[in-house]
Amino acid sequence: MDRTHDMGGRPTDASIAPAEHTLADWEVLADAVAVALGRKGIRSTDESRRAMEDLPPDEYLSLSYYERWIHATEALLVEKGVLSREEIDRKLEELEEPWAVS
Amino acid sequence: MSHAHDHPHDVTQHDPEAAERNRLPPLGKRMYAMRDLLVEKGVLSADDIQAEIEYMDARSPANGARLVARAWVDSEFKARLLSDPKGACAEMGIDASGLVEFVVVENTETVHNLIVCTLCSCYPRPILGRPPDWYKSFAYRSRAVVEPRAVMREFGTVLPDEVEVRVYDSSADMRYLVLPQRPPGTDGVGEAELAELVTRDSMIGVTLARSPAMLSS
Amino acid sequence: MTSPLRIGDSVRVRADWPPGHVRTPAYVRGKPGWIERIHGDFRNPELLAYGRDGLPLRTLYMVGFRQMDLWPSRYAESSNDHLYVDIYDHWLESIA
Repeated sequence: MDRTHDMGGRPTDASIAPAEHTLADWEVLADAVAVALGRKGIRSTDESRRAMEDLPPDEYLSLSYYERWIHATEALLVEKGVLSREEIDRKLEELEEPWAVS
Repeated sequence: MSHAHDHPHDVTQHDPEAAERNRLPPLGKRMYAMRDLLVEKGVLSADDIQAEIEYMDARSPANGARLVARAWVDSEFKARLLSDPKGACAEMGIDASGLVEFVVVENTETVHNLIVCTLCSCYPRPILGRPPDWYKSFAYRSRAVVEPRAVMREFGTVLPDEVEVRVYDSSADMRYLVLPQRPPGTDGVGEAELAELVTRDSMIGVTLARSPAMLSS
Repeated sequence: MTSPLRIGDSVRVRADWPPGHVRTPAYVRGKPGWIERIHGDFRNPELLAYGRDGLPLRTLYMVGFRQMDLWPSRYAESSNDHLYVDIYDHWLESIA
């Protein structure tokens, strides 16, 4: 059964736009945290690839490269009990609170 | 690009990180949340993260260009580069410890090499830095293996049929680097100037190295 | 695998479709090629991907293919072209 990530030879007419962009801070962070977790033995390249490959096809195809990395980092941290989704959701709400609080 | 760890509740001053977060996709926001939690829980320190940012910021195609330029002027070094690439990196003071294994493939008059990772975009980051968007694109991952010459034409590279094109799909822990051919008209050019002719794209294989005429324009 | 493969040996990639993480691209499965290089022994990524130790070590080979064999009736470029993929020993069977 073909998996979405297994793209060699997939029929496409898309041209190769010679695009590059300077990474946004969140992308630099995603890269750095993933590698740092790797150095601590919390995440491996193989596990990370597997977590990305397990994305539903429509998400795999629509998320950007570093969004896929972030998905994999979260999936592995939760899988290994380092963080819970609820904690991440709570922290996210905390960070998104309006700044102009009296 | 240092990125100081701003306390998320510094509300009295303009918080550039908060402004940045407001432009983020949802997963980008989750990344900040995870970062904060990991640091709070002592899983990672801010220094751990900063060290990785600085490590990658220091990697660029200049590393690869130095290897290539040395190989062009020193045939014994070239032989070592081809047979023991990590050893050759060590000789040049290039830190290739991040690579499990490293393979250098040489372009010649009869063979042209092209690198891709169809499964996920693996790339020799310690040697070349981060990969360009196009290398990671679905279009490149799909087409490089089945129509490499058409892909190269999009980069302005046209090869005669008699030249064999070899595509390497980095499916395992090996990372691949192309050793481009030394451009004609470079006799007597010094190593440092030769390195300027070696582009990232020529070390991936979508282009040839620049000629001196192109450099001076 | 009764005996290790040698450079130049003809092989075919197994046309297996196991579930889970694999690093053998679909487009080479079932295709004939040859051993171009022997990379050495590594832990199996199919197991490492699930947090297992990846043992026993597997021999990793660089396998060469003719593009015309990989994409019959589809490869529109030079018949001289080749493609190389790094494949683990348990995916390869020796052919005469």
